[in-house]
Amino acid sequence: MELLRKLEIDARLIGMLSALAIIWFGFHILSQGAFLTPRNLWNLSVQTSAIAVMACGMVLVIVTRNIDLSVGSVLGFVGMAIGVFQARWLPELWGLENPLTMPATLVFAMLCGGLIGLFHGALIAYLAIPSFIVTLGGLLVWRGAAWWVTTGQTVAPMDGRFRAIGGGIEGAIGANASWVIAIIAILAIVISMLMRRRRRAEFGFSLRPLWAEALVIGLAAASVIAVTLIVNAYPLPPGIARRIIEAQGQVWPQGGVFIPHGFAVPVLIAVLVGVVMTFVAKRMRFGRYVFSIGGNPEAAALSGIKTKAVTMQVFGLMGLLTGLAACITTARLNAATNSAGTLDELYVIAAAVIGGTSLAGGVGTIVGAMLGALIMQSLQSGMVLLGVDTPLQNIVVGIVLVMAIWLDGLYRKRIR
Amino acid sequence: MAETRTPLIEMRSISIAFGGIKAVEEASVDLYPGEVVGLLGHNGAGKSTLIKILSGAYRADSGEIHVDGQKAEIASPRDAKAHGIETIYQTLALADNVDAAANIFLGREKLTRWGTLDDAAMESETRKVMARLNPHFRRFNEPVSALSGGQRQSVAIARAIHFNARVLIMDEPTAALGPAETAQVGELVKQLKAEGIGIFLISHDLHDVFELADRIAVMKNGKVVGTARIGDVTRDEVLGMIIGGKCPPGAIPGPGASP
Repeated sequence: MELLRKLEIDARLIGMLSALAIIWFGFHILSQGAFLTPRNLWNLSVQTSAIAVMACGMVLVIVTRNIDLSVGSVLGFVGMAIGVFQARWLPELWGLENPLTMPATLVFAMLCGGLIGLFHGALIAYLAIPSFIVTLGGLLVWRGAAWWVTTGQTVAPMDGRFRAIGGGIEGAIGANASWVIAIIAILAIVISMLMRRRRRAEFGFSLRPLWAEALVIGLAAASVIAVTLIVNAYPLPPGIARRIIEAQGQVWPQGGVFIPHGFAVPVLIAVLVGVVMTFVAKRMRFGRYVFSIGGNPEAAALSGIKTKAVTMQVFGLMGLLTGLAACITTARLNAATNSAGTLDELYVIAAAVIGGTSLAGGVGTIVGAMLGALIMQSLQSGMVLLGVDTPLQNIVVGIVLVMAIWLDGLYRKRIR
Repeated sequence: MAETRTPLIEMRSISIAFGGIKAVEEASVDLYPGEVVGLLGHNGAGKSTLIKILSGAYRADSGEIHVDGQKAEIASPRDAKAHGIETIYQTLALADNVDAAANIFLGREKLTRWGTLDDAAMESETRKVMARLNPHFRRFNEPVSALSGGQRQSVAIARAIHFNARVLIMDEPTAALGPAETAQVGELVKQLKAEGIGIFLISHDLHDVFELADRIAVMKNGKVVGTARIGDVTRDEVLGMIIGGKCPPGAIPGPGASP
C-alpha cells in the first residue's frame, strides 16, 4: 500500500486489473490454452469496443445521479438510420463506394445520436421528468422507431471503407502503423507526465520521487509495447494474405507469408474516446461541473453552475457516443438490423458500475468503466470458448455483476 | 453609526410565497459597510428565506434590493456574486466528492491558457487562503467528505472570502462547531468587519449575536418584528421579540410587531 501511495496509483485500478488477470488466466487454464492467444485477445478487444465507447458516456450520466436505459435502442435506431443513409441517400448524391461515405456516415450518426440524447436531456433537465422514466420510454420508442425506418428490413452490405470502423480484415491497420501508434502513445504518456510534474514543481508542491515517476512511465510504456506485440502476433488468414501478396504482383511462397493484423480500428476509436473523455472529465470545466452536480446538486446550483444545461449536455454526449457505437456495430455486422444493440444498455451500465461508478452519483472514472467493459466481455467470450450455453452465460454474468458491486461496497466501507 | 452613509445593502419590502404560504412578507433590512447585523427568529420565521433572496437562490415575488444605493437585479447566485455578495450556507453547500480547491473555485475555476482547469494554480491559492483560516489544514487532495466538521466549515468560509466579498451572509456559521472553532469564527468575523465587509449573521444563539453584532433584526412568521442597536435592548427584550413579537421601546418596530 505504501508503494502504491508513492506511485500515486489508484488501489481500485489495481483491484480491477487483478480481477481481469484472474478471469483471463482462469479461462486460459479451463480452455486448455485457448484464451490467451493473440487471436482471441484481438477478437475480444474488437467485441469490447462498442460497449466501451458507450460506457464512457454512461459514467458521466450516472455521476450526475441519472441513468440512461435507452442506449441499446438508440443504437438500434441510429444503426438503421445509417443503413438508409448509406444505401439510399448517399448513392444518389455521390454513388457507391465514395471515399466521403465513411466520414459522412460518422458525422451523420453522431449528429443523430447527439440530437436524440439532447432531447432526452431536455425532458430530464427542464421538464424534471426522472431520467429512469424518460429513457425507459426511450428504450421502447427508439426500438420501435428502428423497426419503422425500413419496416423491419435489414440493410446490407455497408460501404467498404466504413466496414473498417467495425474491425475485421478491413479494419486491421497492420504492423507498421501499429508501431507508429505505439510510439506516439508512449511519447504522449511521457510528455503528459513531465508537464504535470513541471507544473507542480512551479508551485513548489510535493513531487513523487523520480524513481517512482520512471517506474510508472516504464510500466505504461511496457504495456503499450506488450499490447502492440500481441496484435502484431495475430496473422491474417492465409486466403486473404495470399490475395494481398498476389495483388502486389508477388508469388505466394510454399510456407505462406505472415502478415500481422495490428490494431483494429474500433479498438483505436474506443481508446481515443477513453482518452478524450478522461480529459473532459478531469481537465475541463464541464467535467468539474458534472462531478460537483453529482456530489451535491444544490451546492452546484448555489455556486452559479447552470445545472440543467450541464445535465442536458451530458445526455447529448451520451447520445453522440451511442451514435459512434452504432457505427462500430453496424460496420462490424456489415448490416443494419433493427435488433442491433438489444440489451446493450444493461451491459453498458454494468460496465460503468463494475468500473467503480457509484449509482449514488458523484463518483466514477472513465478508465474504470472501460476496464469494466473489458471484464464483462472477457467473461462472455471466455464462456463461449468453453462452450457454455447462452442461458448459463447470462446467469453467470448476472451473478458476477451483483458480487462485484457487493465487494466494491465492502472496499469502500473499509477505506472510510 | 452614521446613518447618512449609503447602506451597502438595502432590502425593501421583500415578499415571497411558496404555494400560497407567505414565507417572507414586506421585510426590509439594511446593512452598512463594516457592520454586523444579526438576523434572529425561530425556525421557519423566514430569515433563511430572506437571505436566500439576497444570495440569489430564490427570487422575490415583490420588493427591491439596492446595492450601494443602486437598484440591483439579483436573479441567480451568479448575479449576487457579481455584486460581491457571498454566502456561507447552513448546510455549507459543498460538493462532497471533490477536493477543497475544487469547492472553493466551483463556478469560478481558474483556467490555463489552453482553456483547461488550472488545478495547480487553484491548489496554490487554496493553500494560501486556508493558511489564514485553518493553519493546520493539510488535506488538500482529499474529497471534502473526508474532512472534519470544522475543516469543512473552513472550506465554505474560504470560498466566500476568497473572491473579495463586500457582503458576507453567514447562515448559522457555528451550529456544527465545537467551542474552539466557534471562537475562531468569532475572531474571523471581527477581522472581516475591520476590513469593511458587511456581514449578515443568522443565528439561534443569542450569545453569539450579542458578542458579534452591531444591530439585530428579529423576524417572526415571515415579518420583521423590529430592528435595534445591540446597546439599546436587553437579551430578555430580544427574547420577547423572538417569542412574542413584542417590540421594546429601544427598538424600531417593523410590520410584524404585535400591538
